[in-house]
Amino acid sequence: MMGKYFFSETDIKSTWDQVLAAFWQRYPNPYSTHVLTEDVLFREVTPDNLLLSRRLLTKTSRLPRWAERVFPGNLSRSVYIIEDSVVDLGNRSLTTLTWNVNHAKLMRVVERCVFAGEQDRPVWTRITREAWISSGVFGLSRPIQKHRPCVLEILPRNRKTSIQPPKPRNLSNTYDQYEQRVNVMIISGHPIKSKQNLMHILEIIPFV
Amino acid sequence: MNSVGEGCTELKREYDQCFNRWFAEKFLKGDRSADPCSELFLKYHTCVQKAIKEKDIPVEGVEFMGPNREKADS
Repeated sequence: MMGKYFFSETDIKSTWDQVLAAFWQRYPNPYSTHVLTEDVLFREVTPDNLLLSRRLLTKTSRLPRWAERVFPGNLSRSVYIIEDSVVDLGNRSLTTLTWNVNHAKLMRVVERCVFAGEQDRPVWTRITREAWISSGVFGLSRPIQKHRPCVLEILPRNRKTSIQPPKPRNLSNTYDQYEQRVNVMIISGHPIKSKQNLMHILEIIPFV
Repeated sequence: MNSVGEGCTELKREYDQCFNRWFAEKFLKGDRSADPCSELFLKYHTCVQKAIKEKDIPVEGVEFMGPNREKADS
């Protein structure tokens, strides 16, 4: 079964603390009207001070109408998504893994994000996103790309930001069953002027 | 934001408020004192679990970071 792999990296001008606080308060926001419900199912602080959480999200299904006619079994238009996360304060990193627990045969999206703050660059947070998309049914080319806007879409219109080519990464042995599609854009200089702006970025970058 | 359980939204709000306060004021600042939200969480959790069972949402027995096993290298 073929799949697609996506990778992107973004620097945003917001402190890690701000990004973290906003992460828990993401919903609702104007850019995620397709998210219907949000619930914390589980939360724990481990002995080594990691914060583990599990959230359940329900979203309206993004299946196009023609697909819903073809696959009448999928009458439920809701997609159930689990988001597991680990906050490592010592490391200043938040790692999330998000995936859909229904409609999986139709399309399965697993997304891992790392939100990392760096000691020497305290006003910046780097968001690394990887997504593995597979389908037992659809060929994966344009339809997926339409639904998952590229990070480039958040570039401001005046184009002052600079895009640098990424450092090469050795990915092949882990993801060999996936066709590699590496969209690596390192975008810097995008100032977060408001909470709304931050919400916009949090919406565009991760899967949910 | 609504809870998946229609009757749980208010409980969710109370818990979220408690957590967000603790998270920003204690956890992020390195304060290791336990969060004061356990009772609120328990009430909220009981409500949500009922809704999950009623709606047959397949979250039972799903391993934490489960799909990561397949993706991670080492």
